[in-house]
Amino acid sequence: MDWWNLIVGFFIANVLGYGGGPASIPLMYNEIVNHYKWLNNEDFSNILALGNSLPGPIATKIAAFVGFDVWSWPGMLLALAATIVPSAIALIVLLKLLHKHRQSPVVKGMSLLVQPVIAVMMLLLTWQMADSSIGSSGIWHTIGIAAVAYWAMERRKIHPAFVVCAAFIYGGLVLSHVV
Amino acid sequence: MGSSKYGDYGQLFWAMFKTGVLGFGGGPSVIPLIRHEAVKTYNWIDNDEFGEILALANALPGPIATKMAAYLGYRKRGTLGATVAVLSHILPSALAMIALMSVVQYLSGSQIVQGMIAGVIPVVAVMLGVMAYEFGEKAIKGLGAKLGIVLFVAAFALLQLLDVHDAIVIALFLAYGAFHFKIVRKLRERKQPKETSGG
Repeated sequence: MDWWNLIVGFFIANVLGYGGGPASIPLMYNEIVNHYKWLNNEDFSNILALGNSLPGPIATKIAAFVGFDVWSWPGMLLALAATIVPSAIALIVLLKLLHKHRQSPVVKGMSLLVQPVIAVMMLLLTWQMADSSIGSSGIWHTIGIAAVAYWAMERRKIHPAFVVCAAFIYGGLVLSHVV
Repeated sequence: MGSSKYGDYGQLFWAMFKTGVLGFGGGPSVIPLIRHEAVKTYNWIDNDEFGEILALANALPGPIATKMAAYLGYRKRGTLGATVAVLSHILPSALAMIALMSVVQYLSGSQIVQGMIAGVIPVVAVMLGVMAYEFGEKAIKGLGAKLGIVLFVAAFALLQLLDVHDAIVIALFLAYGAFHFKIVRKLRERKQPKETSGG
């Protein structure tokens, strides 16, 4: 029944987690450690630490690791599918519905009204990121990197991928002595 | 866009691979990268549509970046497109996770890795800030300065001061949005020049 538990466990942890992957971490902990006992507390902290050191969405990294640990490659695929597929289908169905009624004033009003909320949410995220950056690398590094990144992406129109890579290099060479 | 079928899959793979590998710090940090690929690099969608996708992705449970990858892939090439997009986005780091478990102590304790992550955070902050500005600008354009500012303040108060959940705030604004144009029209018919009310 391992395969069934993987599906149910990861489905529940993610379908109840609002606010993206990070919000699902406590729920995943509950299923993985408390409920099914696939990992103990220390293992879970280890994979969480590793997950945070690697790029990409966090929920899928945890699902992949635990799925693999429990039932090898098929386990990894099942845990990933249970994490991603339900909410992805919900999004696709909702957006299809929205597009069908593109011209209706109801849909137009909804897509207009969502913009101020998105703007404020992004602003709050910006603030959180800036705050955590000041906490880890200090205010001057934060301002300096942010200024250069802004100049590069917005003025010089350099692709963000290059800016992110440059920031990795700077961080690895310089900030590793600071953090 | 006269792109071929395989060209589409190639674009989906490359765009989602890049965003998956360059996004540190979970979902939110990936959003501006996905927007850059989808809106600016490949012109799959415009900024308005990106805003709608983001809002609904936020209002639904589950990981956000993967939902957006799935939708973008689906929009371009149906179910297979969605599969390609999601797998390119998550597999590199998921496999790295399994492969690197043996060196976990080293990696998460490494100063260099910590430094690299710290270096990227201000860049992410800038990208998120630019997005906030652009959405704010569009909201003002669409809603007018007065109503726009009222709604910014309302959204800020709900999200930050009252700590209402994102999904609930989005649902509230969507619910009002469904009647927005009706209310505006009614107000105009009554020949009242004022257009701030309702909600």
